[in-house]
Amino acid sequence: MSILIDGDTRLCVSGITGREGTFHAMNNLRYGTQVISGVTPGKGGQDVEGVPVFNTFHDAVAETGANAAMIFVPARFAADSILEAADAGIGLIVAISEGIPAHDELRIVTQLDRTPNVRLIGPNCPGVLAPGKANVGIIPHAFFSEGNVGVVSRSGTLTYQIGKELAQRDLGNSTIVGIGGDPVPGSSFIDILALFEADPQTEVIVMSGEIGGDAEERAAEFASKHVTKPVVGYIAGFTAPEGKTMGHAGAIVSGTSGTAQAKADALEQNGVRVGRTPTEVAEIAVSVLAQ
Amino acid sequence: MDLLEYQGKQLLAARDIPVPPGRPASTVEEAVEAAGTIGYPCIVKAQVQIGGRGKLGGIKVAADEEELRTHAQAILGMDIRGLTVHEVLIEAASEIGAEYYTSIVFDRSAKAPLILLSTKGGMDIEQVAEDDPGAIASLHVDPMLGFQEFHGRRLAFEAGIDADLVRPVSVMLAKLYGAFVSEDAMLVEINPLIVTPERELRALDAKVTLDDSALYRHPDSAAFRNLSAEDPQEAMAKERGLTYVKLDGDIGILGNGAGLVMSTLDLVAQAGGAPANFLDAGGGSKADAIVAAVEVILSDQKVRAVLFNIFGGITRCDEVAKGLIEAFERVQPEVPFVVRLDGTNDVEGRRLLAEADLLNLFVEETMLGAAERVVELAAATPSLEAR
Repeated sequence: MSILIDGDTRLCVSGITGREGTFHAMNNLRYGTQVISGVTPGKGGQDVEGVPVFNTFHDAVAETGANAAMIFVPARFAADSILEAADAGIGLIVAISEGIPAHDELRIVTQLDRTPNVRLIGPNCPGVLAPGKANVGIIPHAFFSEGNVGVVSRSGTLTYQIGKELAQRDLGNSTIVGIGGDPVPGSSFIDILALFEADPQTEVIVMSGEIGGDAEERAAEFASKHVTKPVVGYIAGFTAPEGKTMGHAGAIVSGTSGTAQAKADALEQNGVRVGRTPTEVAEIAVSVLAQ
Repeated sequence: MDLLEYQGKQLLAARDIPVPPGRPASTVEEAVEAAGTIGYPCIVKAQVQIGGRGKLGGIKVAADEEELRTHAQAILGMDIRGLTVHEVLIEAASEIGAEYYTSIVFDRSAKAPLILLSTKGGMDIEQVAEDDPGAIASLHVDPMLGFQEFHGRRLAFEAGIDADLVRPVSVMLAKLYGAFVSEDAMLVEINPLIVTPERELRALDAKVTLDDSALYRHPDSAAFRNLSAEDPQEAMAKERGLTYVKLDGDIGILGNGAGLVMSTLDLVAQAGGAPANFLDAGGGSKADAIVAAVEVILSDQKVRAVLFNIFGGITRCDEVAKGLIEAFERVQPEVPFVVRLDGTNDVEGRRLLAEADLLNLFVEETMLGAAERVVELAAATPSLEAR
């Protein structure tokens, strides 16, 4: 079993007619994901390499039975598209778009938190990959194989790096989840840790965090109380100066809060072993699984 | 984006929040002219985002033109904790009856705006929070509900605001919340919020941080400049659309993806080096972007060596290699480069680099190996400024 997505995922892609949207939707389709429809307002009735395009999510759900959405539209249209997907009854929304204003994000996440049976992954994330089953997003599947390590991360390329280090040690993945680098992500580390805990395929969880906010500290506390599976941590940004946004909108040390050291300490105090490098993370995962 | 005091006050004034009459000036003559319209006595305030600038000589009262000239002359160009003062705010002097504090922060952890109000204004609020936490009233506002009048009353009563000011303070908080949301602010802080002898409220200082992701819908705010905080490399990078943060070390760094670049900086530091910058070349880095990035990195004269750490997902390593070869042709760097290419088309990328046989370019297989190599090379190379 994987978490969030699998062979039954029926994906509708918002922004499928754009250059990037087409490219990644087709990549996901070739991987074996059921990419069954797309949404681009005004282009309803067209198709993208055989995938039908609708004007609204409501039409796409009614006509094709979509149960998951991938949001690939530019940031200024993304918030609206996410809300539309939720309003149409879609249960899983994966938002790749980067640069959604923080206040818009706050309203979307608050609204979705109050809507039953809907989960948002992202925004500003690489998506979700369940090796051997389905790929929703832009994670290059070549670096990952099926296995028992669940990965959850705030970053994209760093996750690929960790995935490759695991693969070099013959470890595969149950699911790789990018929760995104924004200040108010739709799903937190805690949400994903809980899913991995309940997933029989997952035997060890790798959690890759970075500076900014206190999501890692909260996840550390949650892990010590509610996660029985071993968790291996990594934190990026020890050298980040105070008050500077390091690429991701959410990666900023404010005053004395949100530092990498505080996060690593919180994880270790709660029984999570923290690797100092991506290589060490993979080595710890190997040793934990051997025990 | 952090605004200067006078820029923040302009935003507040546009929302009908009272601020003292004032005008910015970047020369002594402009300051004299501003004071002429405002009248004496007036205050000359250094426009830098540093707390405690008053104690460091950045705020002076001028009784007449002669004093104004002296103070403006002294403050313009002054260095306050590493920031150069490019502008002063000439502001009417206010009579102070009481000093309050208020702020609204974007509390990402609680997923809601947090409003703070205190009658202990005019000092460092973090100190107040430590010494006398009961003196600060606070509450979160449901972002879907927005600010309601009861929020204002609760805060005002809880903070112990004088009875006659409960209503005016509530009304002002409503306006401040309106500014916070509609200007896409991450922080608005008024410290002190003064009460004049006539019992009127006035924002004597303003600290405003805006969300960079929302600047597209606030063209007026996007045009605000803060010369004191602008670094030449950062300005150059911004012009070229690169995500760059200047640091104070001597090893230039480029990677793709914010997390991977942060991790690269950490590995260089662990190997005993000091990163000169953070540069995220982003997804799908094409040759032109690589050339632009190399130029920005090398414009920092402290740089002794450069590390390229690429993990190709969408980014193709052969594209990066082509960009790097082109950059070497155009820029002819005099410091060594260590390059690590992994992921999509990495074999082709390394083949291109080997074929080009660039002087002073070293290829490493792993991230760790690359970090160690660049630290060694930096130690053996003089910086550009030292030549």
